[in-house]
Amino acid sequence: METIEKKSAKNAEVKDAQSVVILFAGDSGDGIQLTGSQFTNTAALLGNDISTFPNFPAEIRAPQGTLAGVSGFQLHFGSVNVYTAGDVCDVLVVMNAAALKANLKSLKKAGTIIANSDGFDPKNLDLAKYPKGVNPLTDGSLEGYRVITMDVTKLTRLCLADSGMGTKDIDRSKNMFVLGFIYWMYNRDLNFTIEFLKEQFKKKPELIDANTKVLKAGYSFGDTTETPMTRYNVKSAPMEKGTYRNIMGNQAAALGLIAAANKSGLKIFYGTYPITPASDILHELSKYKNFGVKTFQAEDEIAGITSAIGASFGGALGITASSGPGIALKGEAIGLAVMLELPLVIINVQRGGPSTGLPTKTEQADLFQALYGRNGECPAVVVAANSPSDCFTMAYEACRIAVEHMIPVFLLTDGYIANGSEPWRFPNAADLKPIKVEFAKAGAEKFLPYKRDEKLSRPWAIPGTKGLEHRIGGIEKQNETGNISYDPENHEFMVKLRQEKVDRIANYIPEVKVEQGKEKGKLLVLGWGSTYGSIKTAVRDSLAAGIDVSQAHVKYMNPLPKNLGAILKNFDKVLIPEMNMGQFATVVRDRFMIDAIRLNKVQGMPFTAEEIISKIKELAK
Amino acid sequence: MSAETTNPEAKLTAKEFVTDQDVRWCPGCGDYSILKQVQSVMPEIGIKREDIVFISGIGCSSRFPYYMETFGLHGIHGRAAAISSGLKAVRPELSVWMVTGDGDCLSIGGNHFIHLLRRNFDIKVLLFNNEIYGLTKGQYSPASPLGKVTKSTPMGSVDHPFNPLALALGADGTFIARSMDRDPKHLREILMRANKHRGTALVEIYQNCNVFNDGAFEVFTEKSSKKMETLFVEQGKPLIFGENADKGIKLDGFKPVIVDLANGASANDLWIHDETDAVKASILVRFFDKADKPGHLPRPFGIFYTEDRFTYEDALSAQVNEAMAKGADLDALLRGKNTWTI
Ligand code: SF4
Repeated sequence: METIEKKSAKNAEVKDAQSVVILFAGDSGDGIQLTGSQFTNTAALLGNDISTFPNFPAEIRAPQGTLAGVSGFQLHFGSVNVYTAGDVCDVLVVMNAAALKANLKSLKKAGTIIANSDGFDPKNLDLAKYPKGVNPLTDGSLEGYRVITMDVTKLTRLCLADSGMGTKDIDRSKNMFVLGFIYWMYNRDLNFTIEFLKEQFKKKPELIDANTKVLKAGYSFGDTTETPMTRYNVKSAPMEKGTYRNIMGNQAAALGLIAAANKSGLKIFYGTYPITPASDILHELSKYKNFGVKTFQAEDEIAGITSAIGASFGGALGITASSGPGIALKGEAIGLAVMLELPLVIINVQRGGPSTGLPTKTEQADLFQALYGRNGECPAVVVAANSPSDCFTMAYEACRIAVEHMIPVFLLTDGYIANGSEPWRFPNAADLKPIKVEFAKAGAEKFLPYKRDEKLSRPWAIPGTKGLEHRIGGIEKQNETGNISYDPENHEFMVKLRQEKVDRIANYIPEVKVEQGKEKGKLLVLGWGSTYGSIKTAVRDSLAAGIDVSQAHVKYMNPLPKNLGAILKNFDKVLIPEMNMGQFATVVRDRFMIDAIRLNKVQGMPFTAEEIISKIKELAK
Repeated sequence: MSAETTNPEAKLTAKEFVTDQDVRWCPGCGDYSILKQVQSVMPEIGIKREDIVFISGIGCSSRFPYYMETFGLHGIHGRAAAISSGLKAVRPELSVWMVTGDGDCLSIGGNHFIHLLRRNFDIKVLLFNNEIYGLTKGQYSPASPLGKVTKSTPMGSVDHPFNPLALALGADGTFIARSMDRDPKHLREILMRANKHRGTALVEIYQNCNVFNDGAFEVFTEKSSKKMETLFVEQGKPLIFGENADKGIKLDGFKPVIVDLANGASANDLWIHDETDAVKASILVRFFDKADKPGHLPRPFGIFYTEDRFTYEDALSAQVNEAMAKGADLDALLRGKNTWTI
């Protein structure tokens, strides 16, 4: 949204913009992710609100220049609050022809294309499957967009001509030229990136100089070029006062686990098997052995979870993580944990399914799997994070519930928030909710491993405690004694007891709130998980357009917040947008007999706010 | 560490390792004898009862933990190795015993088994091998011999069986031994040695399932054939067997050959057992021919191989301790490297 216009001293005019979406795209080897994250951090330091979403190719090293090899990094920053990485982009930065072809559809009308002309030579055009002799930069097909071309390769080589570096090494700095130019366009300081380069290349000072030089050259290219240009000012956003950092979802989840372990006095055991998009939690946690974290890269998914169960039996905070296919393999072991009534956190960073599905794309289609995907009557607690930084909060909550209630807890996140990032007003360790853990001690009476407290939670009796020797297992057991029991009445009693134990957790979780709009009205947009940003934006904009609509978002999926039913009954219609075929809508119908209207998208991509707005408009008629 | 924890109190008796649960194996099952030997060895190993944990998977043998008055976890099919590994990783000071069967360990749990061996967690593995599926009522197992007629193989099994100890050696196991349910004294000795080993100690125990596979190991256990068909190996001693200890085994290059001590062969030429010799162990585990094969070698019992190698939990703890010595500040972690204030 461009508002005020001024004239700059030189060739460029300067405008103010409320929010801007930039999509950097190029080969995996072009340093796209780095360029994106540098701009993100610089924008964040200036006080913009920001949301990012990287888009990785499915193959690790797809052939250079091809459509399959295009890597993207979308970022949305603004002087207003932003909740998503943006529906369409204002600026599309493309390092080659394939990047343009793959992403042109995401560019808004009259948007800006910044193209590296060197990436549009006949070879690259051919790789991008443009017909022979067709170059989109010159054939007029991009009329209607503002196209800025620059030969980044040539300009970078020129800049480092007397550096003594080889061409191959020089070409690696290309992304710095582009970054410098974008900094110029948005009037940003280069310092953050220069400091980053100093840190990054501590051991190779010649690379600090080279990259800084190219970065500055990109910036001055804007100042000196003859082409008429527009520069934009994006002022700081009205963020809540406080100290912020930028954080990605998987990173936030890891920190949440560490914080919970720290506050509960437990040590983390993280048993897992590599899988996209959950592995970054493992990478992150394995860095923090100084917190006593033990990570165990197991031989398979099943060993990942069963080793975590063994660790929990021993008094550690047992955690496992995976994505849908891996969770499927863990199903039987989750059942064991439900029977053993030991604390266990199971993280599912959801991706497109079924089977291998779309490993690098996002989806919310594992809610049923978390709620029901086991043999027998096997209820587990399920919580879901709604944004990158919320992964911290909900990972912390998952641990709290698991240890305070002696129960397995699922944490659902997904590829969108796991890899996406946003500013995070991080908490002080001292302000985090305390987590109470007490291991059982021997008393005067005979020890009963399944004797329960008011939460129906049983004692955590760890090996090494004299007088508490006991045996537990997956076979049905008698309450209190834990002895094997095949008695028919006892089985039904225990099935109901395990359900009641989960249900009672509703007394220990926060209620759900109507976040936007009236408490009672025509239409409530109800969401869960990562659709939060799109729904929040859509409802905000619809309210601004005078539509009577409200918004609520659920983070505790099982048990559900106690007041959810009452809230739903206050609205004529309930709309549930989900990145699946309507799983939560089915749960809502089952629990509350409310036939919510479904808005489903199963494309491996998050909702755009616009998609939700148009549904709201349709329903508001 | 496990073996070194001493018991300051009065020594326990085998009885104090018996639980109040009824033992539910079939009458005559070999498991009873093994249970009895384990219960009688426990007071001898000098570890407090509360520091001992028995972990199992699924199968007849996996009921074992319910009968041991220690800590116990009856897991799910095949996963005892992984459960034990997780426990041992966080509680290296505990004495962890895993009880498993040939189906549980070699079939559904095969993957965890080989990875346990290579990682060398300090876990004692008691593999009750009865060459059959007992709990599911009599299907052939990956240890059943070729041609075995069972409920699921009415025309005989066409599955080539595992040689469990060769598998374990191939997976870089650091303690590989075999014993049997019908030789309590030998079993006790091997269990004592397994307990002393720091690392994964695999004890394969031939166990008779008198209901579904009765007599599978008869030639090794019955008086009439035991002396001819078995070879009890002992460290530093020559390989001798036979009715009157009159047969020996010597190595002809890498080929083991049976020699007749009564007919002029010298005891000095015999193969001397060295449990630290990996090459010899790899030959010894291959003494696996069926007793009806002419000229077959006797089946060895005892400790085939031992190796002193670091355990996974020690290496993991060393890294964690090294990192923890540098300190940990939760606020610094939450804050990260780049912050800004509004
Ligand atoms: S089925 Fe066989 S192994 Fe199982 S308890 Fe009965 S005799 Fe023992």
